[in-house]
Amino acid sequence: MPVGLCRTAMLWVALCVMLGHLSGCALRAPTPWVQPYERARLADPIMSKDRDPASAAYLKHVHQSRERSRGAEGSAGGGCGCN
Amino acid sequence: MQLIRRDGVSGALFPVLLSVVLLFLLWGMAPAVNAAVLPEDRMDVLYHRYDGGGMDIKGPSVLVRKSFADKVSVNANYYVDKVSAASVDVVTTASPYTEERIEKSIGLDYLSDKTLYSVGVTASDERDYIGRTVFVGVSQDFFGDMTTVSLGYSHGDDEVRRRDDPDFREDLTRRSYQVGVSQVLTRNLIVGINHELISDQGYLNNPYRSVRYLTGSGFAYQPEVYPRTRTSEATALRGSYYLPWRAALHSEFRWFEDSWGIDARDWSLTLVQPLNEEWVLELRTRYYRQSAADFYSDLFPFQDAQNFLARDKEMSTFRAMSFGATAGFQRRWPAMPWVDRYGVRLGLDLYRYDYRDFRDLRVSAAPGEEPLYSFDAWVTTLVFTLWY
Repeated sequence: MPVGLCRTAMLWVALCVMLGHLSGCALRAPTPWVQPYERARLADPIMSKDRDPASAAYLKHVHQSRERSRGAEGSAGGGCGCN
Repeated sequence: MQLIRRDGVSGALFPVLLSVVLLFLLWGMAPAVNAAVLPEDRMDVLYHRYDGGGMDIKGPSVLVRKSFADKVSVNANYYVDKVSAASVDVVTTASPYTEERIEKSIGLDYLSDKTLYSVGVTASDERDYIGRTVFVGVSQDFFGDMTTVSLGYSHGDDEVRRRDDPDFREDLTRRSYQVGVSQVLTRNLIVGINHELISDQGYLNNPYRSVRYLTGSGFAYQPEVYPRTRTSEATALRGSYYLPWRAALHSEFRWFEDSWGIDARDWSLTLVQPLNEEWVLELRTRYYRQSAADFYSDLFPFQDAQNFLARDKEMSTFRAMSFGATAGFQRRWPAMPWVDRYGVRLGLDLYRYDYRDFRDLRVSAAPGEEPLYSFDAWVTTLVFTLWY
């Protein structure tokens, strides 16, 4: 699987963005195609990954105790930009 | 037989470089962007229980989050595992035991110019394992709040002990580098990708576990021997979709590989369906599979057959499937003016574990001919929540 590929791709993206930043060629931010007033459904609590943090953390602990894989469970993940 | 250790995962250079690059970008672009938000003010009191495979683990957990001046949010968690262990490993190579693990953590989120900074510390204590972890992270939205980038780093220093040997002390250092991006794609769909590299250095054995090897008349045991380093990478793709009626579908797929030769994949699907203004039903399923570590064997051909030896079933080839449901409600609480609302949720999950190269030694048979092991486990969660 493409973990190595993913890693390489992320490195290239990061380096390209940094080069653009350093060269003074400001990144041209795309115009948001989903406006804030169109995000009512995304802001619904049923769409939240954080709707039950205590149970979610516990189930993550159950998985880590029985399985040898680990990481990328989403603790570093972002929100939905709903607010 | 010598086992050559695979080193398919690079060291810590990549995440350090990536973190430096992205932190530079975040700082450089901070004045021009919008931002993340503080977590909700809430208190969750959880009772949890895991019952299966001879393990009965239960206890409470209390999580409190409170914000101040819309700039700072503090959180604290107190978590207890009361363990009664008589698993297949324990009953075949040791004696059943009980123990208690207490985990305490505190954290702080700080919102500055719409950038969210997070720090936290966690202390986990049990008789034979002491863990200490610190975490720092930053999260920020870009492009009209449609893209969120998050970075995190955690560092852990643990001490491994043995219940039957007060002089036994071994150290373990853990480092974790996390990067995540989430993206609003449509008014109904948000997707995300998370990548995490974890590097361990130190004593990685379970000091109680043994491997078995063939002898002339049957088999005998010797202690496990693990490498003193382990590096793993995991990448997860997530999506949350708002269905045409009021319901949400959450999905996740994760790849995992490590320097011990373990490859794993898992996917999960969760449907969140409101039943009315108060009640919500959640249905979920998850599938997990992994391949064994390079140095795992259920039965080694002779003593000291390799330089590294493992027979921990968590290091074997196996599959797990689970189905679960949670039902809960939220209501206003007019009698308590400082409470916005309260809620109760009850969750039940059934896990089925099927091992492909780990045999059940409770059954008498010729070495290597015992039946493959499998078991079911029930997981129960009961949560009471106050929002204030």
